[in-house]
Amino acid sequence: MKRTYFDHAATTPTRPEVLETMLPFFNQQYGNASSLHQEGQAAAQAIERARSQLAALIGASSKEIIFTSGGTESDNTALKGTGVISKKKHLIVSAIEHHAVLFTAKAMEKMGYTLTVLPVDSIGKVDPDSVKKAIQPDTFLISVMLANNEIGTIQPIREISSIAREAGVLMHTDAVQVVGNYPVNVEELGCDMLSLSAHKFYGPKGVGALYVRKGTPIVAWMDGGEQEHGKRSGTYNTPGIVGAGKAAELAMNEMQERITSVKKLRDYLLTELPKRVEDIRINGSLTDRLPNNIHLSVRYVEGESLLLYLDDAGFAVSTGSACSSHSLKISHVLQAIGLDAVASQGSLRITLGQENSREDIDRFLDVLPKVVGDLRAISPLFKSKKQEAR
Amino acid sequence: MYTEKVMDHFRNPRNVGVIDNADGVGEVGNPVCGDMMTFYIKVKDHTITDVKYQTFGCGAAIAVSSMISELAIGKTLEEASHLTNNMVAEALGGLPEQKYHCSNLGADALHKAIEDYLSKHSDTLLKKENKQGINTTNENGREK
Repeated sequence: MKRTYFDHAATTPTRPEVLETMLPFFNQQYGNASSLHQEGQAAAQAIERARSQLAALIGASSKEIIFTSGGTESDNTALKGTGVISKKKHLIVSAIEHHAVLFTAKAMEKMGYTLTVLPVDSIGKVDPDSVKKAIQPDTFLISVMLANNEIGTIQPIREISSIAREAGVLMHTDAVQVVGNYPVNVEELGCDMLSLSAHKFYGPKGVGALYVRKGTPIVAWMDGGEQEHGKRSGTYNTPGIVGAGKAAELAMNEMQERITSVKKLRDYLLTELPKRVEDIRINGSLTDRLPNNIHLSVRYVEGESLLLYLDDAGFAVSTGSACSSHSLKISHVLQAIGLDAVASQGSLRITLGQENSREDIDRFLDVLPKVVGDLRAISPLFKSKKQEAR
Repeated sequence: MYTEKVMDHFRNPRNVGVIDNADGVGEVGNPVCGDMMTFYIKVKDHTITDVKYQTFGCGAAIAVSSMISELAIGKTLEEASHLTNNMVAEALGGLPEQKYHCSNLGADALHKAIEDYLSKHSDTLLKKENKQGINTTNENGREK
C-alpha cells in the first residue's frame, strides 16, 4: 500500500542531496574537527561552512551559532546556560511550550528558580501584555516559542522581544517548528536566543543549533572539551552538522516554493474537511499559523484509534489524545487552549511537507469519513448525541 | 506496540452494537480518562446469551471490549462474574504496560451489566426464571 506521510512536525525525511553531502564525513573526511592535522582541519572547515549556511538561513552571523544535538539541547542550553550565571532567578515561559522548555523550566524551579507560566487564549496565543505584567525585578529570561508544534499558532515574538529588551530581560524563542519551513530572521524577531533543529527541515536527526546574540551572557551547562568557544562541549558531529548546513541551504533556496505548495494543500484540506465529516472543529489560529499545520478535533472518537485506523489506510498522522501519550495525559497544549475532554481526545494533527501532493489530500479526504464513521458507529458518545437530537 | 491479536480485535471488533431490550446494562469510564464502554447483555436461564457494546477509546479499549464479549457469551452469570480484566488481557496476548490500568475495563463493564441484571431480577432469580424485554437502555444515563 502507498504510504502517505502527514507528520512533518514530528520529523521530515532527510533529502537525498543532504545525505549525499554527509556521507564523505563518516569514513573519508572523518577527522576530529578539534585536531590540528589535515584530517581534523578538513572537518573544521566543513563545519564552518555549515555554520555560515545555517546563520544565513536565520539572518545571524556565524559566530552566533552554537551547534547542539538538537532542539531539546538547544532549549536546555538557553534556559540553564543563562540561568546558571544570572544573579536573577525568575523566568517566564508560556503554557504551550514544548516539553524541552516547559520541563526544563520546571526542573529549574525545583533547583530554586522561580517560574511564571503564562496562559494562552483559545487559539493558543500569548498576550504580550501578560508578559509585561509577569516581569519582576528578578526576571532574567522569557522563553516563548515562535510557533507551536501541535496547533501551529505563531506567537507575537517581535512584540514580546521588545518588551523583554525594554525591561533588560533576555528573550529566547524555540523556533524548532519554524526554521527551514517559514522565514525566520533573528534581527526582525529581536530575540537573544533561538533554538532550531535540522531534522524538522529535511536535515538529519541528532543535530540542531542555538542562536546566541553576540554579548548574551551564557555558559556551558555540560562540562567537557570546551568546543564551540567553550559554550558546548562534545566532539563535533561533523556529518550531522554538514547535513544541517546543506538542509539550510536548500531551505533558503526553496523557501517560497515550500510555503506555497503546503499552504495550497492545507487550505484545500481545510475547505473540504467540514464538507466531508460532521462535528469537527479546527483548533488554533486561522491566520497566524504555520502554513503546513492542520489541527482538528473529531468529536466522539478517540485519537489513538483514529490514528491507527488511518495508519492502516496508509496515512501517518499524529494526535494529542491522552491514550496515545506515554504519560496518559491529554496534551498540555490542548488543555491550555481550553478544549473540552471529548474534543481533546479526538484531536488529529496533520502536518504537510513538500513531497505531499493534491492526490494525497484527495485520498485522505476519501478515507477520513469512512474511518471516522467506523469509529463513531461503535462510540457510545456519538449515539448519545443522536439520541439527544431526537 | 500492540499484539497481532489486539490489532485483529481492534480492526474487526466482534459483537459491536446495542441491545435495545437488554436485560442488563453496564457502563464504565469517561471521556476525560479517554476510555468509555457501555455493555449490554441478554440473559436466559442464568446464561449470557448475547453481549453487545459501544466503546469510545484507544485501540486497547476497543480490543478489550471485543474480547470480553466473546469470552462472556455462553457463560453462566456465575462464570462470567469470575472473568477478570487480566484474563481479557491474557486472551489478547498481553497489553502495553501503560494500558493495563486505563483501558482494560472490559470485565468491569460486564460485571456492572450483570449487577444491573441481578438488581432487576433479584426476585425472579430465586425462581430461576428468565424475564425478557426489560428495557434498561433509557434509564442508563449514557450521555457523559
